[in-house]
Amino acid sequence: MNKILLVIQREYLVRVQKKSFLLTTIGVPLIIIVFYAIMIAIGASGGHEKSKIAVIDEANLFAGGMEKAKSDPSEYVFLNNVSPDSLKVKYKKLGYDYFLYIPPVDILQNANSIELYSTSTVAVAQKSRIEKAINNAIELKRLQSANLSREQYRAIKSDVSIQNITGKQQKKGIAVVASVVAFVCGMLIYIIMLIYGTMVMRGVMEEKISRIAEVMVSSVRPFQLMMGKIIGIGAVGLTQFSIWIILIIGLRFILSAFIPAFDLSALPQGAAATADTSDLQTALRVGLDSIPIGMISFCFIFYFLGGYLLYASLFAAIGSVVSDDQNEAQQMVFPVMMPIVLGFVIMTKAAAEPDSPLVIFGSIFPLTSPVVMVGRIMYDVPISQLIISMLLLVLSVLFFVWLSAKIYRTGILMYGKKVSWKEMIKWAFRRS
Amino acid sequence: MNRLEVKHLKKYYTSQKAVDDISFTLAPGSIFGLLGPNGAGKTTLIRMITGILFPDDGEIIFDGQTFNPNKDIAHIGYMPEEKGLYKKMKIGDQAIYLAQLKGLSKADALERVKQWFVKFEMQTWWNKKVEDLSKGMQQKLQFVTTVLNDPKLIILDEPFSGLDPVNSNLIKDEIYKLAQKGSSIIFSTHRMEQVEEICDHIVLVNKGQKILDGSVTAVKHQFKENIFAIGLDSNPPNINTPVFEVINTKGHQLVLKINEGYKPNDVLHYFLQQQAGINSFHEILPSLSDIFIKLVEGTPLTRQFQVTA
Repeated sequence: MNKILLVIQREYLVRVQKKSFLLTTIGVPLIIIVFYAIMIAIGASGGHEKSKIAVIDEANLFAGGMEKAKSDPSEYVFLNNVSPDSLKVKYKKLGYDYFLYIPPVDILQNANSIELYSTSTVAVAQKSRIEKAINNAIELKRLQSANLSREQYRAIKSDVSIQNITGKQQKKGIAVVASVVAFVCGMLIYIIMLIYGTMVMRGVMEEKISRIAEVMVSSVRPFQLMMGKIIGIGAVGLTQFSIWIILIIGLRFILSAFIPAFDLSALPQGAAATADTSDLQTALRVGLDSIPIGMISFCFIFYFLGGYLLYASLFAAIGSVVSDDQNEAQQMVFPVMMPIVLGFVIMTKAAAEPDSPLVIFGSIFPLTSPVVMVGRIMYDVPISQLIISMLLLVLSVLFFVWLSAKIYRTGILMYGKKVSWKEMIKWAFRRS
Repeated sequence: MNRLEVKHLKKYYTSQKAVDDISFTLAPGSIFGLLGPNGAGKTTLIRMITGILFPDDGEIIFDGQTFNPNKDIAHIGYMPEEKGLYKKMKIGDQAIYLAQLKGLSKADALERVKQWFVKFEMQTWWNKKVEDLSKGMQQKLQFVTTVLNDPKLIILDEPFSGLDPVNSNLIKDEIYKLAQKGSSIIFSTHRMEQVEEICDHIVLVNKGQKILDGSVTAVKHQFKENIFAIGLDSNPPNINTPVFEVINTKGHQLVLKINEGYKPNDVLHYFLQQQAGINSFHEILPSLSDIFIKLVEGTPLTRQFQVTA
């Protein structure tokens, strides 16, 4: 037992002390933060840019005055003495960003003939602001022709948003937040299994190619060597993720102190400027509150450990049978990668149809369940399915670790020979 | 009590009998040569003794007790033919790590690594990485890591490959010292002159079976062919005697084979009768290399794969 700790320690320290570890550990959150900052910058500039819009209102829809929303920073300039055709050509030269043309038709009947000219595609936010202004004007006209006042209209108008109550505990499921959190968790497990699984494989290959395996197994049991490597690299992964989380939270905290826009509300505001920001904020908060953090964390950790152990041991077995030929390694790895990728594909379906047979199967089948179940966990998985899935995963981990250890102990000492799948199976099931 | 007893050890693979009923014993402090052509089953045999493989049949007794890999591998140092170290790891750390895996405490390991590094003049290497070392240097390091914990049984597979004569002697001296302190050494190589020089006991393995076992002198006597060399003042003009036949003439030195039924004295008697001045007379024992070739010759160098029944 002491020896396995020594192996874990070495595997861990060797990797953590590498320069590349430091680089990725600090680099990745920086990239994320920079990406985030750019997104906000784009969102902010799109939202607050003062564009100048030339309007020719031949239908007299606005009657010379524009009732625009407070959040709309655009400047509308009504032009009367210009022909639309000439303005189409030269609005840019005259200093306007867009040209809005409302042709002389009965706008109440035929509202689809309004045209907006621009040099490039208009930003969605900008377009929806202009549409909102036009819609307001048309509404007003229609109200007037029906002899209704604004107040009367507001009293009539219905604005329902359905509260989606799910599950037995009557908690408010806010689908978007839940699905985003679930997707991110499933994605994380997917990435961990791929990155750290292949890292285990490369470590085993290194031991085999540098021929140290034989020296090692004369002092340590092959099983200890394999598990030590798997656990050591798993710990590297956990360390890296912890540092990332701390750095991202820390950096965001620091940045939001300098840039006020840099808090949680910044992103939705930029992305969907038409939506009422405060509504979205509360929705987000309620959404986050409604997520059973304890349950999710438990499942995440459980499936993370199970998935990692399962795939890392398979990757270790693959690493032990390939020679130093990179192509061969890729060929052998393919069948192990397949179910991981399959799991990811099924997981992306989980948000749309969490109860479809494919998703249910994927969340129970142990080779895909670590990714799929975590992606599905927000959608009130029946407890029986959860238990079956977990049980199957535990059994599969035990089985695959056992199987891989058998392949590993033979494979790691085999040189210069290409090993077939048939042989590997033979090794696995013969008595030592 | 023997350090190691191997009794009727067997390991069959589907394609061949890698080790087929091999027995031998190894006394404490002895240096034991394990010889055999490529593919004779030496590596498989060694792997069973080091606990890497389990025998299909037979028994290994280590220090008077049934070999228990989990416990006993701490007392075995193994330097495989394919040398290997972690290339990216610092040399000092690596030596300490390997010593710790053999059951030494960290402090103990550190102390012994330092001692050995001083002995082999390797102190300045401490923070270098293995990939920066030459092949010979790596070999030295590998030897140090193998014997660091004073194992009771040391198995060295081709320990001198790639070493210059100075470093070879350095390691040879250490092997003698370790044997004097009571370690038993199994020495596997194809270099027969090294075996003759170092080993006191040999076992020759071919096709998975033991075909020769004994002390180096006993083996040589077992295979002697009554060949003698005699140095003379001048060669007699024609030699015609039933006592011996001349095999080879080199100047005034004759190599002759004594015929059945005669003794070395009869040879001397013959030359004295011929009035020849005798300068020297000695027996030529076969070299291990000759014995090896004689025993192994005729069997294909690389074994044909045989199907186990």
